[in-house]
Amino acid sequence: MLATLIIVFREIIEAGLVVGIVMAATRGVAKRGWCISLGVLGGVIGACLVAAFASSIANMMQGSGQEIFNASIMGVAVLMLAWHNIWMAREGRHIALEMKSLGEDVTKGRRSLMAMAIVVGVAVLREGSEIVLFLYGIMLSGGNSILSMITGGIIGLALGAFVSAAMYLGLLRIPTRHLFAVTSVLIILLASGMASQCVVFLQQAGIVTLFPHIIWDTSTILSNDSILGKALHALIGYSDRPTGMQMIVYFLTLATISALSKLFGTHKAAPLVKAHS
Amino acid sequence: MKYLLLTTAFILSIMAVAHADDYVLTLKDHQFSPKELTIPANEKIKITVKNLDSTAAEFESSDLNREKVVAANGEITVFIGPVDAGTYGYFDDFHRSTTTGTIIAK
Repeated sequence: MLATLIIVFREIIEAGLVVGIVMAATRGVAKRGWCISLGVLGGVIGACLVAAFASSIANMMQGSGQEIFNASIMGVAVLMLAWHNIWMAREGRHIALEMKSLGEDVTKGRRSLMAMAIVVGVAVLREGSEIVLFLYGIMLSGGNSILSMITGGIIGLALGAFVSAAMYLGLLRIPTRHLFAVTSVLIILLASGMASQCVVFLQQAGIVTLFPHIIWDTSTILSNDSILGKALHALIGYSDRPTGMQMIVYFLTLATISALSKLFGTHKAAPLVKAHS
Repeated sequence: MKYLLLTTAFILSIMAVAHADDYVLTLKDHQFSPKELTIPANEKIKITVKNLDSTAAEFESSDLNREKVVAANGEITVFIGPVDAGTYGYFDDFHRSTTTGTIIAK
């Protein structure tokens, strides 16, 4: 039971923190609850499919199918996060809050919501497929009783959801006028972390071979394996032993999204903010 | 078309030969063998993990920052390194306390 609890908890936290940030970032956008639920549901269904076809996915592309699949879906998530952030910078944070009253912007808001739903879906799919495979394995081996597996799973799920909800509620305590500044930074870090994770997959597949050396080793201070390490990994892409290429891609993503958000943000947002103050 | 297939088969067989001396880890009854795998340091190497069990496993190494699902009765390949000389732990993430091993880079 404990093994199930721990594995479910760890995976739920990783996906849950992403969902929490997305929830906070889309605060005030009409129908975001539906869209994000749809993302979670899609992710769960996707996770079951990925688990069911794990073997065939792994065998694609000369045995690197799993990495290419993971790197692709995370690449999509990075693009969606980047696009959302730039869009938010351009339209101004208050527009999102007043979305309901702005006819034309509802469609725009929805488009950004769909992007965020995809991000949520990808996060749930990635972590969920591991849970499905693990639980299925336990069921097959039959050593553990189904009941204790379900108990462990539910407690793990509840704990993971609790931590994620706590972070979300913590974010909501930030005054609205600062909230989007904070979530936009969080989203940039989230995207950079995912981009660096893409690099790991491609290195593991032997596709990316440049700068493979490890830059630092902080595994004795904060291990990737610890719960805090896992949480920071999901939030800001923490790695206790990053390679040179990971670092390059991380900071390149960070710089690109920041620069584009700033570039698009200064045009329209400035006069709008003025008009409201 | 036929020639294309033959050529492809030929190239694939050459690649298979070229990788013949790569490293293999076998998973059976939730135990890795060899438990200690020696690899050369400062070289990029390829490890094949064969899962002979009827349940899925996840080959994972926090030390090497690698994780990959191995389907039941499936096999996967993972590239690692170049790494410094040293000892690196690995485990099956689905049985992480009982199914472990070490990779020694010399």
